[in-house]
This record gives sequence, structure tokens and C-alpha cells, in this order.
Amino acid sequence: MSRAFPARARQPRNVIATIVLLGAVVYFLLPIVWVLFSSTKTTGELFTTPAFSFGSGFFDNIVDLFQYQGGAFAVWLGNSFLYSIVGATLSTIVSAAAGYALALYDFPGKKAIMIGLLAGVLLPTITLAIPQYMLFAQWGLTNTYWAVLIPVSITPFGIYLAFVYAKASVPVELLEAGRVDGSSEFRTFSSIGLPLLLPGLVTIFLLQFIGVWNNFLLPYIMQSDADLAPITVAMYLMLNRGGSEPILYSIAIAGSAVAVIPVVAFVLLLQRFWRLDLISGSIK
Amino acid sequence: MTTTTAPRRATTDSAPRRKANTIRRSHHVFAYALIAPALALFAVAFVIPIVYSIGLSMFSREAGSGGAYAPKEDAFVGLGNYVSVLADPTFWASLQRLAIFAVIMVPLMMLTSIVLALLLDLPRVGARAFSRTAIFLPYGVPSVIAALMWGFLYVPEISPVYQLAGSIGLELPPLLRGDQIYTAIINVVLWGGIGFNAIIIYTALQSLPAERIDAARLDGCNEWAIARHVKLPHVLPATVLTALFSIIGALQIYSEPQMLSSLTTAIHSTFFPLMRVYRDAFAHDDLNSAAAASILLALATVLLSLLVLGLRTFTSRKANS
Repeated sequence: MSRAFPARARQPRNVIATIVLLGAVVYFLLPIVWVLFSSTKTTGELFTTPAFSFGSGFFDNIVDLFQYQGGAFAVWLGNSFLYSIVGATLSTIVSAAAGYALALYDFPGKKAIMIGLLAGVLLPTITLAIPQYMLFAQWGLTNTYWAVLIPVSITPFGIYLAFVYAKASVPVELLEAGRVDGSSEFRTFSSIGLPLLLPGLVTIFLLQFIGVWNNFLLPYIMQSDADLAPITVAMYLMLNRGGSEPILYSIAIAGSAVAVIPVVAFVLLLQRFWRLDLISGSIK
Repeated sequence: MTTTTAPRRATTDSAPRRKANTIRRSHHVFAYALIAPALALFAVAFVIPIVYSIGLSMFSREAGSGGAYAPKEDAFVGLGNYVSVLADPTFWASLQRLAIFAVIMVPLMMLTSIVLALLLDLPRVGARAFSRTAIFLPYGVPSVIAALMWGFLYVPEISPVYQLAGSIGLELPPLLRGDQIYTAIINVVLWGGIGFNAIIIYTALQSLPAERIDAARLDGCNEWAIARHVKLPHVLPATVLTALFSIIGALQIYSEPQMLSSLTTAIHSTFFPLMRVYRDAFAHDDLNSAAAASILLALATVLLSLLVLGLRTFTSRKANS
């Protein structure tokens, strides 16, 4: 915390605020804690035992989950990682280059590009999914990894964030100095610009990773081949079938638990690396 | 937003000026090279699909003569598809449901996010870091998984919430039936969205200089007055941004109701506009009508976003005058 109140440190805690916050904590943790407990239960125990108690079916659920449809779950998990890692990496590189160029260079057409990209921020990417599908189907790109990777590697918001961060953290004078020393533009970019941009790029990467991991509609529309589905689409298809087969409930719950764990761990682990002031517009 | 201009020093000598121009030209080449991948992808993922679907929206595929497998013929219908979408009562019904959802969800989202951010920012709050993390955590949970987990929590036989309410003699209504389905959907969306918005506003609060708060406190302001007169004005830009994201998110609501629809009959295939678009495109195989509807939806979203941004400019101008 940036603010300290040494003189007031010994004053009593703000009890009401603390209680309200802890109430919110219970609400936000409830489904996650519930799904972790429930993943240990057999379908029967789900209906008969208290919600927050351990059941006896954890091992069976996990085995069932990974044997479901001949081991498809591992494929879906792998697809989610592939889309998230490759998509976030591509979009971070694209955003870094474009944001740097827009922030530090003056060139004809820059204003038009800025306006176009800003319009892209306002345009919901999901509304675009159907037009993208129509075009990609025409080009024969649907049912390939590219059908998801191409749309997620361009994020106007990522470019905007890179632009804001480059403006705030890369001094033009430093680049001028590099030029005077005779270093090429590319060298200036890679040895002076990029290291300064790095904290901002980590934030863009994390936002994109989570955005792609959580994406449902785009892969749902683009991929009719279940082997290319990420975990979100797979869980939907699984539950959709589970309506008629309640036995799948325990698999769906175990699947949710497994799908939630990596990203929750990711959020917890990397919370300290976020530069969220970038998004809140309070970057200094 | 300001743009940097490359420093232009007045030079009388023509030789250095020519040199400066060439450097600038080589800079242009480098800047274009940096921005080229973004522009190419922007064209492929934004511009061309939009242009293509505007084109599609003006045609209609008529079954060709000569049996079911005869090639369909494209006929130019101008704005015909837009007219038939706008004349379709299911389109307006889906918009009406969207309006009900958004009008309840967005203010609740903003209000809760602001309150939580202000509470986290109060002095002498206990378990602050833990609360912050827990509130932010749902951001990492995919919306379909959130809908799946809550979907189970809405089933009275399984849900600890219903069990708890029952044990103190309270009977909660079933959320997956009738109009309560709005509560069910809104709850999932709020659960997934509040954390992110609250943390964005909280981060903006953190950039408020401590001296301004201390000064207000020395002037005798209580925490409520500080929040109202010092903190809230400071986080207005961040709040407008999160409101904008909430509105855009509300208009494209899809994953949560789609997931919940496998647990209930209260959500049908044209419940929200995007679900209706999906049905047209894939269940009805009517891409032309789907294109027209998604363009109408995109237009509405951009107009609403501009309205929010315009309001922001208007209020800040009023505040400055």
C-alpha cells in the first residue's frame, strides 16, 4: 500500500468496512470453493451430503474426466493452453510494435490509424465473431487453429495500452540520444524501447492470456471439430449432453474445477506483476 | 490524447535540412514496418469481415430451381434483410430482454464496484490484501464455467445457499424458472465482472496523492465526505471506462445465458440478440439475415459507447467551467 498512517496505526480497525468486505469475499469465493468440494463427490453424494464436505469420488471423477470420450479432456486443455499462449504472445508483439510506433513517431496517416483502432476498441469483438466466421469460412480457415489465433492476435485495446505505456515510459530524448550515437532505429527499439516497455507488455500479455482462455463464442463458432475445441467450448458441450445424463454432472464439476485451477493460480501468482494503473488511466 | 511530433529545429543551411528529412523518411519506413502487422491483422479481423458482412446483408440466398441440391442463387435485396429483421417481433423481444438485463445489471455492477473500491481504500480496514485478491479472483474464471458453477448453485437440491436458507426457514424462489431467470443471469455476470471493475477503480484511487486526503481530513472531513468530494471525482475517468466496458459487455451477452440454457427451459434460442443471430446463422443457415442483425447490433453498440464518451466529455467540461 502506498499510503501509511503511522499516527493512526494503533487506532481500532474499521470494523463495519471489514465485515462488508469479508461478506463480499464469501460471495466471490462461494462458487470456487463449492466446485472444489464438489469435485470430490460422486453424483449420489452431490445430492445427499452437505455442500462443504469431502466426498469419496475425487479419484474416480478425475479418472472419468480424463477418460471421457477417449481422453479428449487433455486435448481440450492443451488447446486452451495453445490458444492462450500463442494468441497472447502474438497479440503482445503486435501491440508493442504498433503502440511504440504510434507513441514515438510522427508519420503521415497516423491520425487515421489511431481513429480506426479506437473505433475497434468500441466495437465488441464478439459482435465481430459472426462476420469473421463468414469470411474465414470463405477462405477455408474455419476448423483450423488459425481461425481462433488470427482474431485474438489483434486487439485494439492492447495497442491502446501499449501506446499509453510507451508514451508514459519511453522518453523521446533517449531515442534521440540513441540516434545521435548512430544506432539504427531497430536497435534503438530493441535495446532502449523494448526494455522500458516490458512491464506494460507483461500486463498486456496477462490480460490477453486470460481473455483468450475465457473466450467461448469465437472458438464455439469457428470450430465444429471437437479436437480443436478449448476447454470452455468443451465444458458447454459436455453440460449440454449432461442434461439427459445426470451422471455427467460429476464429470462436468470435476472439469470445471480443473479448468478453474490454472487461471486462478495464474491470477494469484502474477497479481503482483500487473500494471493495472495502465488500464485505470492513472499511470504516472 | 496528444501526439508527439519529431523535433523540428529551424535550420537555415539546406544540407542539414535535407539530411534531417532523409532521417525522418527512414523513420517513417521503420514506423510503418512496426505498425504493418497490426494493420494487416486489423484488416483481416475487422475491416474485411465488416465489409464482407455488409455485402452479405444486402443479398438473399434463394433456393435455385432444380431440387434441394441445386446451387442457391444470390439475389440483391438492398436493405431488405434489415427491414425483415426490424419487422421481426423476436428481434424486438430479444432487444427488450437485453434492455431489461442491461438496465439492471450495469448500474448494479458500477455501484458495487465503486463501493468495494472505496471500502478497500479506507484506512484501518482488516484483511485488505486477502479481500482484494478474493474479489479479483472471478476475473480469471471463464464466463461459461462461472455460469456452470452458479447453474449448479441454483439447483435447490444441491445448492448450499438453498440449504442454508432452508435451515433458517427461508424459502428462496427457484432462479431457473420464469422471470427469475434474469436474476440468475445477472448474478453470474456481476460475479464475474465486479472484481475487475472494482480493482481498476481501486488502482485509480491508489494514484490519489496522500496529501490531498490528509488535507481534507485536517479540514475536518469525515471518510464519507472524503469519498464523496475527493476520491470520487478523482476516479471518474476510470469509472467511465469501466462503465463503457460494462455496457459493451452487456450488449454482447452470450456465454452465460447460453451455458445456463442447458439447465433450464426459461432461456430459448432467441432470448438475447446475439443468441438470435447465432440461431439465424447456424440453425437456420440464413447468413444474410444474421449479417444484417449483427451489423445493427454493432452499430447500436458503437452509438451507445459514443454516447457514454460524449457524456463524459460533457460532464468534465461542465466541471471545468
